[in-house]
Amino acid sequence: MLGFIIQRFLQAVVVMAVMSVIVFCGVYAIGNPIDIVIPPDATQEIRAEAIRRLGLDRPLWEQYFIFIGNLLQGDLGRSFVYNIPVLELIGGRLPATLELVLISVITATVLGVSLGIYAGYRPDSWLAKTIMAVSVLGFSVPSFWVGLILILTFAVNLGWLPAGGRGDTVLIWGVPWSFPTLDGLAHIVLPALNLALFKLAMMIRLARAGTREIMLTDTIKFARAAGLSEGTILRRHLLKLISIPIITVFGLELGSTLAFAVVTETIFSWPGVGKLIIDSIGVLDRPVMVAYLILVAFLFVTINFVVDLVFALIDPRVRHGASA
Amino acid sequence: MSVPVLSVRDLRTHFFTRAGVVKAVDDVSFDLAAGEIMGLVGESGSGKTVTGFSLLGLVDAPGRIVGGSIKLNGTELVGMSQRGLRARRGREISMIFQDPIATLNPMLTIGQQMRLAMEAHERTSRRGADTRAAELLSQVGIPSARERLGAYPHEFSGGMRQRVAIAVALLHRPSVIVADEPTTALDVSIQAQILFQMRDLARETGTALIWISHDLAVVSSLASKLAVMYAGRIVEQGPTATLLRDPRHPYTAGLIASLPATAEPGAPLSQIPGTTPSLLSLPKGCPFAPRCARASDVCATDPALEARGDRAWRCFHPVGLSEGAVS
Amino acid sequence: MRQSTPLGRFWAEFRENRVAVVALVVVVLMSLLAIFAPLISPQNPYDLANLSLLDARRAPGFVGSGGYAHLLGTDPQGRDLLSAIFYGLRISIQIGLAAGLVALTIGASLGILAAYLGGRLESLIMRIVDLQLSFPAILLALVLVALLGQGKAQLIGALVAAQYAYFARTAYGAAKAERGKDYIEAALATPLSGRVVILRHLLPNCMPPLIVVATVQIANSISLEATLSFLGLGLPVTEPSLGMLISNGFPYMMSGRYWISVYPGVALIILIVAINIVGDQVRDQFNPRLRK
Repeated sequence: MLGFIIQRFLQAVVVMAVMSVIVFCGVYAIGNPIDIVIPPDATQEIRAEAIRRLGLDRPLWEQYFIFIGNLLQGDLGRSFVYNIPVLELIGGRLPATLELVLISVITATVLGVSLGIYAGYRPDSWLAKTIMAVSVLGFSVPSFWVGLILILTFAVNLGWLPAGGRGDTVLIWGVPWSFPTLDGLAHIVLPALNLALFKLAMMIRLARAGTREIMLTDTIKFARAAGLSEGTILRRHLLKLISIPIITVFGLELGSTLAFAVVTETIFSWPGVGKLIIDSIGVLDRPVMVAYLILVAFLFVTINFVVDLVFALIDPRVRHGASA
Repeated sequence: MSVPVLSVRDLRTHFFTRAGVVKAVDDVSFDLAAGEIMGLVGESGSGKTVTGFSLLGLVDAPGRIVGGSIKLNGTELVGMSQRGLRARRGREISMIFQDPIATLNPMLTIGQQMRLAMEAHERTSRRGADTRAAELLSQVGIPSARERLGAYPHEFSGGMRQRVAIAVALLHRPSVIVADEPTTALDVSIQAQILFQMRDLARETGTALIWISHDLAVVSSLASKLAVMYAGRIVEQGPTATLLRDPRHPYTAGLIASLPATAEPGAPLSQIPGTTPSLLSLPKGCPFAPRCARASDVCATDPALEARGDRAWRCFHPVGLSEGAVS
Repeated sequence: MRQSTPLGRFWAEFRENRVAVVALVVVVLMSLLAIFAPLISPQNPYDLANLSLLDARRAPGFVGSGGYAHLLGTDPQGRDLLSAIFYGLRISIQIGLAAGLVALTIGASLGILAAYLGGRLESLIMRIVDLQLSFPAILLALVLVALLGQGKAQLIGALVAAQYAYFARTAYGAAKAERGKDYIEAALATPLSGRVVILRHLLPNCMPPLIVVATVQIANSISLEATLSFLGLGLPVTEPSLGMLISNGFPYMMSGRYWISVYPGVALIILIVAINIVGDQVRDQFNPRLRK
């Protein structure tokens, strides 16, 4: 077990190192690195001075280690636009994004797994067929379009819910959150629904396929032959067996939802990191872009690591180091 | 013979597929007395497994029992509600399967799975359940059973897993256990062990066994009577010894002739020509006729079940009887 | 007669699914609209001489200064929305096709090469591909567009970079399975060159899954391009795709002028859903597990 954790941790570190090289090459080698630290309107003297000070006249591998050194000290430069350290800027926006992403993914998973299991358990019922038809639509329709339709329907035409912003927030541990207040909750419904719908389709398909497969196995037949009720079989056998693919996908989806939050946050003016990165790209605020990439890479690696750990906790075969 | 615990009459289970109706089980009848072991023999696709599932009311769609009767301890199972069937599965009749790796849930401990099977029919305390589970496990030959309750299936060998499955099937001391090729996936040495253990357990507990197998040799060492299935029908049944010594149906005779033990050492094994027909396009009349050396024009009509004493067969030209004796 | 050729049999099976046939007709029709947009559009929406601000943001059915009815209304610049949609389809399909085909070529080559060569190069290529697959395509495309700047070529480049990995994975899987078979080993032992093995044996075996992935990925490219354009990161204003039309109308949505966004959106959805349905059917037909 410990060996497994150490192995996965080392893997995560290696992936992170590779990502840092890619981001470094992407930003420092493809783009003009000086643009990242100097505003576009700076004079020639300031530019030359900055190039020398930052060591941009040195070989690329040496620059990489300077970049890594700064990174490890948590120094990712200052935003041109807001003129505050990038980490502080992103740190301030992160809770809004995490709140949105977590609520969406959890909703999508709980709802998607329930609907998917039903559709897989009774594949010929009309409800199952409706669920699948809707999920095909959810799969094909671009997320931003769903967002527009949600605004048009619930904010513009019906006027039930606000179309943008976070609403009233409450400070918990010094960080503002929307979900504890009624107004905040009203603001989070549409963007969360927008993000969740896309993931919902995938979760439904996954849970349905898994259920159909598992229900045909000898494990279920044997449980039935022993006289277990269908409810017990679903709760104790199916849920346990289906949890492995669901948790894998849950982790992956957490990451990709983080990415898709970029679109949703833009549509619903949700003040998270996604909206920040789009705004930053618009005004070429490169330090923010770099930091965002590193952060996303870090979150991805962390999520994958945690998924592996959870895996080890729930699957006895992995826990005991057997080849699964 | 005493009152049968299981009495099957004219059982028919058909599958309604897009390609047509598959008569997987067609007119199957047999009786089983308490503690009796019956071998159900046939090639794959002959309907023996579907017969087993029909007895438990566990036929998957698109299949269903379309006719006949299954009386278990005097109660009719055909047409019974799912609720009623569930109450009997595991308690009065249970089943074990071919592949022990696939039957146990890899995510639950042995103890948890046995407890679930116990709770399906009675309320038990955790402690009481564990005690009984451990007792049964040691009864089926699992050493230090109490400690192994917390183990997961992957920590057991294939043979041990099958023993666990047998323990689950025995939990409520059912009247009948359907064993669907439970030793086929195991090593030969372990096969024999489990085989004889099952026989002893059946004798001790009074449980009747239906042992499904494609291997006549394995079954005949165990069962007191045999039923041979071909294309969804029982073509011959009777006491094991008589049936092996003096088969009536040409198919049974073919099966016995192809056993290595009956052949001269060094002589080529005999085999039945042709292949099992598709259940979708059965020939008219006797389904075995196209492969049968004794077939004649009359075989284009359905042979009825011919019963003589404790044995029966379904053939116009039975082996070992003069032609004139039949019809 | 037609039943005898593989293509004929494929079509006969395809025809059985009515929904897929309708979807295919829709895809063909929309492609025709895109190809002949300059001929059939009531107006050239990007010729400034045709536009009048007096006609801007008019509801569907409005008869403008051109003397004809704007069936789907007009946009903030006074363009006929129907014409704008035809031209937008043209650009969206162009980009989707180009990105999909380039990604197919690059990805399939990499995948087959990795399977053919084996060894270190194989694991290096596939490691990179897998790393990229775990990263959401939209983020990659977003960053690349931000780094490369705006323009058709840059956008296609970003889409290709975001999508080639799917093709590489698919081609690798199919080629690897075939590579392990005895007849390939036998073929390699003869004086036949490796090129023959790749072209005659590996590539044909990769085609069915690649075609399926290509259909899905072209739809994805179109959707991704629309998303990027909606975020203002796609094409320059001079080449408005459907995504940009939707984006242009977004601010007016709140004031009830829904048509500026909604009609281009409907066109986009119909296109993507139709391609996906066709793709689903093709996948089912290629999937040997589902065949009877």
